[in-house]
Amino acid sequence: MSLFVVLPVILPFAVATAALGFRDHPLWQNRISVLGAFLHLAACAALFIRVIRGGIQTMQIGDWKAPFGITLAADHLSVVMIMAAAILGAAVALYSRSEIDADLLRSGYHPLLHILLGGVSGAFLTGDLFNLYVWFEVMLMASFGLLVLGRGKEQLDGGVKYVMINLFATLLFLAGVGLLYGMTGTLNLADLHLAVQEVDNQALLAAVAAIFMTAFGIKAGLFPLFFWLPASYHTPPVAVSAIMAGLLTKVGVYALIRLFSLVFIFDVAYTHGLLLVGGVITMFTGVLGAAANNEFRRILSVHIISQVGYMVLGLALFTPLALAGAVFYLLHNMIVKANLFLISGLSARISGAFELKRLGGLYRDHRFVALLFFISAFSLAGFPPLSGFWAKLILVRAGLETGAYGAAAAAVTVGLLTTYSMTKIWGEAFWKPSPARSESAEGGDTAENPDMWMLVPVSGLACLTLLIGLVPGPFLEVAQRAAHELTHPEIYVNAVLGGK
Amino acid sequence: METALAFMVGIIAAASIYLMLSGNLIRFIFGLVLATNSVNLLIFVSGRLTQTRPPQIPEDASVPVGPVANALPQALILTAIVIGFALSIFVFILFYRAYQSLGTVDTESMRAAEPGQEREASAGDAGAVAKEPAQGEAE
Repeated sequence: MSLFVVLPVILPFAVATAALGFRDHPLWQNRISVLGAFLHLAACAALFIRVIRGGIQTMQIGDWKAPFGITLAADHLSVVMIMAAAILGAAVALYSRSEIDADLLRSGYHPLLHILLGGVSGAFLTGDLFNLYVWFEVMLMASFGLLVLGRGKEQLDGGVKYVMINLFATLLFLAGVGLLYGMTGTLNLADLHLAVQEVDNQALLAAVAAIFMTAFGIKAGLFPLFFWLPASYHTPPVAVSAIMAGLLTKVGVYALIRLFSLVFIFDVAYTHGLLLVGGVITMFTGVLGAAANNEFRRILSVHIISQVGYMVLGLALFTPLALAGAVFYLLHNMIVKANLFLISGLSARISGAFELKRLGGLYRDHRFVALLFFISAFSLAGFPPLSGFWAKLILVRAGLETGAYGAAAAAVTVGLLTTYSMTKIWGEAFWKPSPARSESAEGGDTAENPDMWMLVPVSGLACLTLLIGLVPGPFLEVAQRAAHELTHPEIYVNAVLGGK
Repeated sequence: METALAFMVGIIAAASIYLMLSGNLIRFIFGLVLATNSVNLLIFVSGRLTQTRPPQIPEDASVPVGPVANALPQALILTAIVIGFALSIFVFILFYRAYQSLGTVDTESMRAAEPGQEREASAGDAGAVAKEPAQGEAE
């Protein structure tokens, strides 16, 4: 039974090793990577089903009893996250087939991609704080590698900034781990939940909570710690942007949700009040920053920040409904955001540019691509009946129920502003006549058509978005169960430490 | 002893932040190495400094006899040191490559990925306006 819990973590590393062995055979490397990604998806699905049927699944590594050894624990939140991660992994592995050239493959693109997936899965599944730090590092190493893989000027510049701030955040996280261990003498998350309640020095605890909040806030791109994100996310190949946009900030949000629902709940008014303010300002700065940009991928990058604000808002309100909203939002956003990046790659493949002023005419020439963008973009903006609508609806309703009218109003306003930047992309890239046609002949005729390796994953993700939008019931049910576990930490504690 | 080490952690951390904020990639690396070490020391102090015996179990017993030192922080630090080494090497190489292709170690003038010129252009800087389209064409 415990094999199911550890498989989603081990598998990507095995695939990475195998892909590394085929460095000089791009085609085989690709096949292994795609196969590996789908195996990972299957492993995650198996775990998902087990958790849905049987509740929290745990595994004590090396049979060291919790809290002494490292625990892996899969609750509903974890499995929702790894499912979304695995879906993105599979989509991006497919997409990479046509986007990543042989040079990048030889530099180890696919091994890095799978190490990233493994690191992310590990971070989602671990029940141990220090282990979470290790997974963060694994994930970061892989993302550093992916980010600078093409060694372009912009990439190196963006990479330097990304590496600097993220290394600092990880060090901050590690310092927090050290201090928390000094106070409680344990690193097991479930055990921490109990141990933190016995700490006398509440002020020190609050300080440590703030350290964690800062560290994960940097990772998640929370206001005012997000400046590294728009500086780097638009520089690597599209497939890399997509997987990073879909996964990395969300791991930060996941870590925030995990720690601030399980460990740091000693003074909810203080910690979650801070998060509420941070979340609302994040939503606004993100969406305004996006409105000021004119490059497809930069708009999307800055938008990530705004969306992170929504998720943190869900955590900050800290009611079952709000947390369910946050989980639903995470699921919806990971899929939609990654897909929008992939679509930006499609449109760049068609017209050879990311700048909106050089794009155009996509609606006339490529109706299907336009349709795919339409679904994802307006889902992001929260149009009914697409998935983003339900996510925002839950959060707004949770805001109204808890009396946080300002936050609810902010959520609605930011949704409207999101529509503005999405219609900007729509108007510029899809409706406007193509500038390439009038300026140069080569733009219109020799532009490549997107091939199946690109269209299939993008269509798949768009269908998933539609599915979540049209049949939100089952997804909401899972999100509510996750929220139930998050608001009742004793369920998690009992599952990890053994029933009492 | 703990107080002295706590102050040391504080001083090293302050020095590392000073270096990291100085806007120079070389100094940033030194700051990063210092910061890593200050955090390692912090974990070490968090595990309590004692002058008891090493955590070894006598041959005829199944648990350690009497008070022993806490071995866990050292295991954590060892892990952190290994990770820190790997990251430092990566950062060294990355910064060297960045220096090679960007030609500068000054973070203020590293603007390849961010269109800082656009903002200056809107403020009315004619030089930046002339530069900006040129960069667009190069892409």
